[in-house]
Amino acid sequence: MTLFAIALTLGAMIEVSLTRNGEMPPGLFFYGGLFGGLALLAHVFIRFFAPWSDPLLLPLAVLLNGLGIAMLWRLFEATGDTDKGSASNQLVLTAISMAVFAGVVFFLRDPRKLQRYPYIMAVGAIVLLLLPLLPDPIGRTVNGARQWLNVGFTALQPSEFAKIALIIFLAGYMVAKRDALSLVNRQFKVGPVKVLGLPRLRDTAPMAFMWGFCIIVLVGLMNDLGTALLLFGTFLAMVYVATQRASWLVLGLVPFFAACYLLYFVVSHFAVRVDTWLHPFAPGNIDGPIGANSEQLVRGLFAMAQGGVLGTGLGGGQPGFVPEVQNDFIFSAFGEELGLTGVMTMLLVLALLVERGLRTALASQELFVKMCASGLAFLLGFQTFVVIGGVTRVIPLTGATIPFVAKGGSALLSSWIILALLVRMSNNARKPAPQAIQDEGATQVISR
Amino acid sequence: MNQSIRRLSVFVMALFVVLLLNVTWIQGFQAEELRESPHNTRRYLDRLREPRGPIVIGESRVAFSTPFEDGNTVQYQREYPEGTLYAHVVGTFRTTGESGIEASENKLLNGTDDRLAVRNFIDILTGEPRTGATVEMTIDPRVQRAARDGLAQLGRNGAAVALDPSSGAVLAAYSVPVFDPAEVTSVTEAEAAAARWEELSEADSQPLLNRAFNETYPPGSVFKVVTAAAALEDGATPESTQPAPAVLDLPQGGTLPNAFSGPCNGGSPDTLAHSIEISCNTSMANWALTLGEDRMREQAEAFGFGREDLEIPSPVAESVYPAGMGGSSLAQTGIGQFDVRATPLQMAMVAAGVANDGDVMKPYLVDRATDADLETIVQTTPRKYSDAVSSQTAEQLTRMMVAVTEGAEGSGRSGAIPGIEVAGKTGTAENAGPTHNWFISFAPADDPEIAVAVVVENGGGSGGTLAAPIAKSMMEAVLTG
Repeated sequence: MTLFAIALTLGAMIEVSLTRNGEMPPGLFFYGGLFGGLALLAHVFIRFFAPWSDPLLLPLAVLLNGLGIAMLWRLFEATGDTDKGSASNQLVLTAISMAVFAGVVFFLRDPRKLQRYPYIMAVGAIVLLLLPLLPDPIGRTVNGARQWLNVGFTALQPSEFAKIALIIFLAGYMVAKRDALSLVNRQFKVGPVKVLGLPRLRDTAPMAFMWGFCIIVLVGLMNDLGTALLLFGTFLAMVYVATQRASWLVLGLVPFFAACYLLYFVVSHFAVRVDTWLHPFAPGNIDGPIGANSEQLVRGLFAMAQGGVLGTGLGGGQPGFVPEVQNDFIFSAFGEELGLTGVMTMLLVLALLVERGLRTALASQELFVKMCASGLAFLLGFQTFVVIGGVTRVIPLTGATIPFVAKGGSALLSSWIILALLVRMSNNARKPAPQAIQDEGATQVISR
Repeated sequence: MNQSIRRLSVFVMALFVVLLLNVTWIQGFQAEELRESPHNTRRYLDRLREPRGPIVIGESRVAFSTPFEDGNTVQYQREYPEGTLYAHVVGTFRTTGESGIEASENKLLNGTDDRLAVRNFIDILTGEPRTGATVEMTIDPRVQRAARDGLAQLGRNGAAVALDPSSGAVLAAYSVPVFDPAEVTSVTEAEAAAARWEELSEADSQPLLNRAFNETYPPGSVFKVVTAAAALEDGATPESTQPAPAVLDLPQGGTLPNAFSGPCNGGSPDTLAHSIEISCNTSMANWALTLGEDRMREQAEAFGFGREDLEIPSPVAESVYPAGMGGSSLAQTGIGQFDVRATPLQMAMVAAGVANDGDVMKPYLVDRATDADLETIVQTTPRKYSDAVSSQTAEQLTRMMVAVTEGAEGSGRSGAIPGIEVAGKTGTAENAGPTHNWFISFAPADDPEIAVAVVVENGGGSGGTLAAPIAKSMMEAVLTG
């Protein structure tokens, strides 16, 4: 499976090069050797250190990561347009990410340990989220969102790691408070009819805090709509998993939409996103001022339309028409060059990855691990939905990255960390129960 | 907890299903619309990289694409060797849009038309690049040049249209002022070309407007042919008379004088035939009053007024016969005034309908289209557009119109061609500013080969002196080579 994913990546690069330059790609040996070698190493590593882990997780991630590198290589190297980034950069980041992946898988033998430090995780997450608010040149604003942190040689998006920390915190917190959240009940009645059972105010405090934090800090101060939406969605999903109570969803969604409605009038950044989503072709939107128009969205749609069902072939399209195509809109580049068929395949690969993650949650025994795995898997899925839904006009554009595919160091690294956690958890969940060894006439020994 | 994880997983899958359905919608069903969107600049750039079929008029290619190297890609520049001559009717293929036949037959020209699907499939198999179809137009270069020269000599704005009455083929369509397509289609200097287009589209004289198809004018006296047709169809004969005083007192007040300030028949009622010959206003206004608004409009619509659906395939503006008028206005419509509006093409269709035994044929600009192997893939079959009048009425109208160019008192004698019977009708339409001057005609009267309408905008003279000579030279271009 891993070999297949590597072969696809290299095949994609060869096609790009043949289409664009009519020759074999010059860096094929370098890229192929490095990426293929790394992926194989990761595969072998897992064989040794997490042998029972879900066999699909790694190949799916390698495939997505490989396609991402191939597309970035096509966007930058094959066209000579290297001032916006480079595929080799992404390759180096992939290498670092895989190393961290291996480290997490190796050192975190028992993910339950993470449960011990929920509040450290929470504080860490909040600190990470707030870091970009530090004054320039440490904090940085890119494309209207203040979510970047300057660390010398490269820029980091600490929110990517905060997401993971928050999920771990929530999993720990909810496992501890699960009974209180799901059982203690205050009934609201109209006459004899029970309308809604709501938890105690005291137990809703973390919910209210999260909600307020996401909306006010992320949207109000940092203009980071994508992260706010992701965190809140993941939070609700985890609360639901923990309590199995729809009332929590109502309690979360009603103020959420109310807040969105208010934000529309208060935060101009948000209003622009909604306007351009609803009416991308309206005169004021398509040719509006820079940074407040629907040009990127519309051009992304045009790119996908150009691809049609079968696509123009890798290297045969003109994805450069879409501004910032290497980030969120890399999806439109795939849409153009691989067509509907290619994009559907990519969506299915992502869906499969998420589903394997959720399966891990199902298979796990410990509540904390279940919560954690479902939270991480949901995050991957919801993030995919938020990005691709934004690009294809299902929801307003918020700005986030397709897991493993899009350019960006922090996003790639955090995706691989999530994968590492899932791999480790699935390994522990699927590890066969200790065998009772019965030798002829020997004493029964239980080994672990 | 497994229960809720399962539900969550169903929810996540639902999200993915939404995405899948949405990309299917965008790339499968909406793609065509998005590709054609006016905001989609990539469609032009794409098309600049594909060889586009030529447009042929007569024996020569009047629009074709020539390749040039731009970096390592081949691009194509659209060339219009005839300059201004066919600018309106052929149209332009620019980096920011297209017009005329270039727009309406775009799919044939760029090779994406369904009728080229088999051809394209073969090209894919044999590895040939896709090529667009060759579009052959019905325009006769001789008639087109005659129209251009005639209007150029006058130095006024206006338009001229010629039709083959028996088929509806458009033999000429010329409009003044014109522009040079080369100025607005340059690919290498795309920005200057776009700026020039912008400048032209905002100019007061409207040089981009194809007046032949897309501008309506009050037709004035040329509309009397329609009034006479209505009268004949209503049972009148060319000898039927109406009072024809020098000045007609209108039913609701106001007066309507003759152009030549005198009665039409020495004060006696004038015959229909004589009224057409000398272009009598008062008797024709009386005919309109006698026939009534409904009869008049029916007849106008039978010639094509009030129909919005005309695409030839370039879109054509709707010509209008007004509704809900009082008697005074009705009387004015009898001589093509009040709110009657007609395109030059519409008036050519009136002439052509009379010429073609009362049947108006649907005008068309594209004769046929051929693929790269000269196989015909589209061939226009002439189709009847409407039954305007009976053949007997048509014959009577023809005789009356011949008298316009040949009769002793004919108002359009300058439209006559020696040795050939020409049926014609002059028009001098009142409007804000100097009069518009019209002439419609067809020839030879007994076996018509060409029907013409010419309008000179604000000529300030008479249809007979300004417009008729242009119509004459256009007819001569066909009849005497």
